[in-house]
Amino acid sequence: METLQPSEHALVRRILDEHKARPGPLLEVLHGIQAELGFIPAGAVPVVAEGLNLSRAEVHGVVTFYHYFRRTRPGRHTLQLCQAESCQAMGAQRLTAHAQQRLGVDFHETTADGRFTLEPVYCLGNCACSPAAMIDGQLYGRVTPERLDDLIAAAPSGR
Amino acid sequence: MSTTVYVPADAGAVSVGAGEVAAAIAAEAGRRNVAVRIVRNGSRGAYWLEPLVEVATAGGRYAYGPVTPADVPSLFAAGFVNAGAHPLALGLTDAMTWLRGQQRLTFERVGVVDPASVADYLQHGGYEGLKRALALTGAQIVQAVTASGLRGRGGAAFPTGIKWQTVLEQNAAQKYITCNADEGDSGTFSDRMLMEGDPFSLIEGMTIAGIAVGATQGYIYLRAEYPHAHAALKTAIAAAARAGYLGADVAGSGRRFELEVRLGAGAYICGEETSMLESLEGRRGEIRVRPPLPAVKGLFGQPTVVNNVVTLASVPWILAHGADAYAAFGMGKSRGTLPIQLAGNIRYGGLVERAFGLTLRELLYDYGGGTATGRPVRAVQIGGPLGAYVPASQLDTLVDYEALAAIGAMLGHGGIVVFDDSVDMARMARYAMEFCAIESCGKCTPCRIGSTRGVEVIDRILAGVDGERNVRLLEELCETMVQGSLCGLGGMAPFPVQSALKHFREDFRARLN
Repeated sequence: METLQPSEHALVRRILDEHKARPGPLLEVLHGIQAELGFIPAGAVPVVAEGLNLSRAEVHGVVTFYHYFRRTRPGRHTLQLCQAESCQAMGAQRLTAHAQQRLGVDFHETTADGRFTLEPVYCLGNCACSPAAMIDGQLYGRVTPERLDDLIAAAPSGR
Repeated sequence: MSTTVYVPADAGAVSVGAGEVAAAIAAEAGRRNVAVRIVRNGSRGAYWLEPLVEVATAGGRYAYGPVTPADVPSLFAAGFVNAGAHPLALGLTDAMTWLRGQQRLTFERVGVVDPASVADYLQHGGYEGLKRALALTGAQIVQAVTASGLRGRGGAAFPTGIKWQTVLEQNAAQKYITCNADEGDSGTFSDRMLMEGDPFSLIEGMTIAGIAVGATQGYIYLRAEYPHAHAALKTAIAAAARAGYLGADVAGSGRRFELEVRLGAGAYICGEETSMLESLEGRRGEIRVRPPLPAVKGLFGQPTVVNNVVTLASVPWILAHGADAYAAFGMGKSRGTLPIQLAGNIRYGGLVERAFGLTLRELLYDYGGGTATGRPVRAVQIGGPLGAYVPASQLDTLVDYEALAAIGAMLGHGGIVVFDDSVDMARMARYAMEFCAIESCGKCTPCRIGSTRGVEVIDRILAGVDGERNVRLLEELCETMVQGSLCGLGGMAPFPVQSALKHFREDFRARLN
């Protein structure tokens, strides 16, 4: 298992200290780690397990249960495209095909230049403005292929 | 003297440019030396008009929309701060036919108030319900909620008062109020709108629940897909605590109630109440077998109220205006109002709060204006991904819990997704099984395995392999999942499939050759 960099280790310890006194803290800790690092490195699992007095299996089980938690480093930007019914009714499949072709990746993949990760999402709560997309936490509605191209082009190259 | 201009910070409005419009208004006001105060309100729910900009005038709020940043110079040139004429002018907001026909109780302040301001909330009748509640015993509060006829708006429609009564009756050192804000059903956004547009009403509703049943700690379990609602809730909780409405001495009553937001992590199943409790405790969101009910043994093994956002946010109105006033709305066993969400292929998508008793047709055409594409409606799905598809021939059905159940559909959380005649219902049926396979918690076999087998069987039908036999197999599989699953995910995921087979069989037959 890969081990954490010393700075990452310190970060995980700090996040654990912040949350461990609270009831049921594991999801909060994992959110904290992912917010800082962009994903949950495999090396963080034993550190978290020890910090919260859980087994590695329990922590691993939680990390892998939830779609939101990533185990690999994402691209500099994450594009989530809603796949749920409301967006399907307004052309989400066409939009998805366009995004996949434009970025040259399938869902859960990152572009070769590391710029974009493409993820499916099941409802962003923007169903009166379907189809919807989210880029780095920013919500977009009534997204046409042309608008998506503009949004992809406008995303800064660095984070 | 500055003019107040309202530009929504609602995520839906922001998704179509409200942030840029607010910035453009501030910049243009600076250039022209016009004094404006911009309030970032919630959305009125008229999403086809977003970004909807309102100006406070002596005669009331005056609306313009949909506004783009490019429209802003011409709005100033037209004197919009004094309700000047402009092609985007919509007149007085309250006079808009779409809004005037609604009965907004739970959503009375959404889109109206500044969601970050306790003072604004108080000015619009906020905390009146809590004030009344603090003069009552816990049993009297529960009695009022029971008498109002309020049923769980999350989808299960269980009488809220009965749930609270059970928690009230438990002897425990610690009880909890939990709010299920894991609004994952496609076509629904009323929880999001409320949390972003009037978060204090949810906070007040949870506080009243806590006072009623003797719970001192509340948790809002919010889905991770709602970062804007997360920010709005955190701001509002901090403001309520500063103003003395949360904490050790709620509104000077000597009663304690603390509130915290916890984030989910992209698991649809966590909208199921026992799965949500597991997740709140920091575990995999696998459902629990009931009994015991959460009201007896819930979060951390303690008696717990689990209610949806809209349910809890309806409580302040009920306490402030009386149970009878609420029960006077609605019909039969469906009392009060329901915030209905019109979504998908719909011309005027948005939120319509009305008393129970409208037909689907009235909602789709009188409010929704038909499809966005202008093509005929072929099907609507009500109540999210586990809800049945209703064909256009049944649009005269009333939208209430019992009438929809009578045609094999369900109201759920009140979301209606519209499809035009280009929809392929066999594909939608496949999607229902695929979604269940992606989101199954894995605890029970019919859901975990059945959903995957369901996708495979539909794929064979779509490929024209042994069509008749595979359709029969699919029907049997659906029946097994309905009868044998532990919770609503596996138990209801077959509903859209069965309804597609029943009403749109031709979409499956087309591939039989």
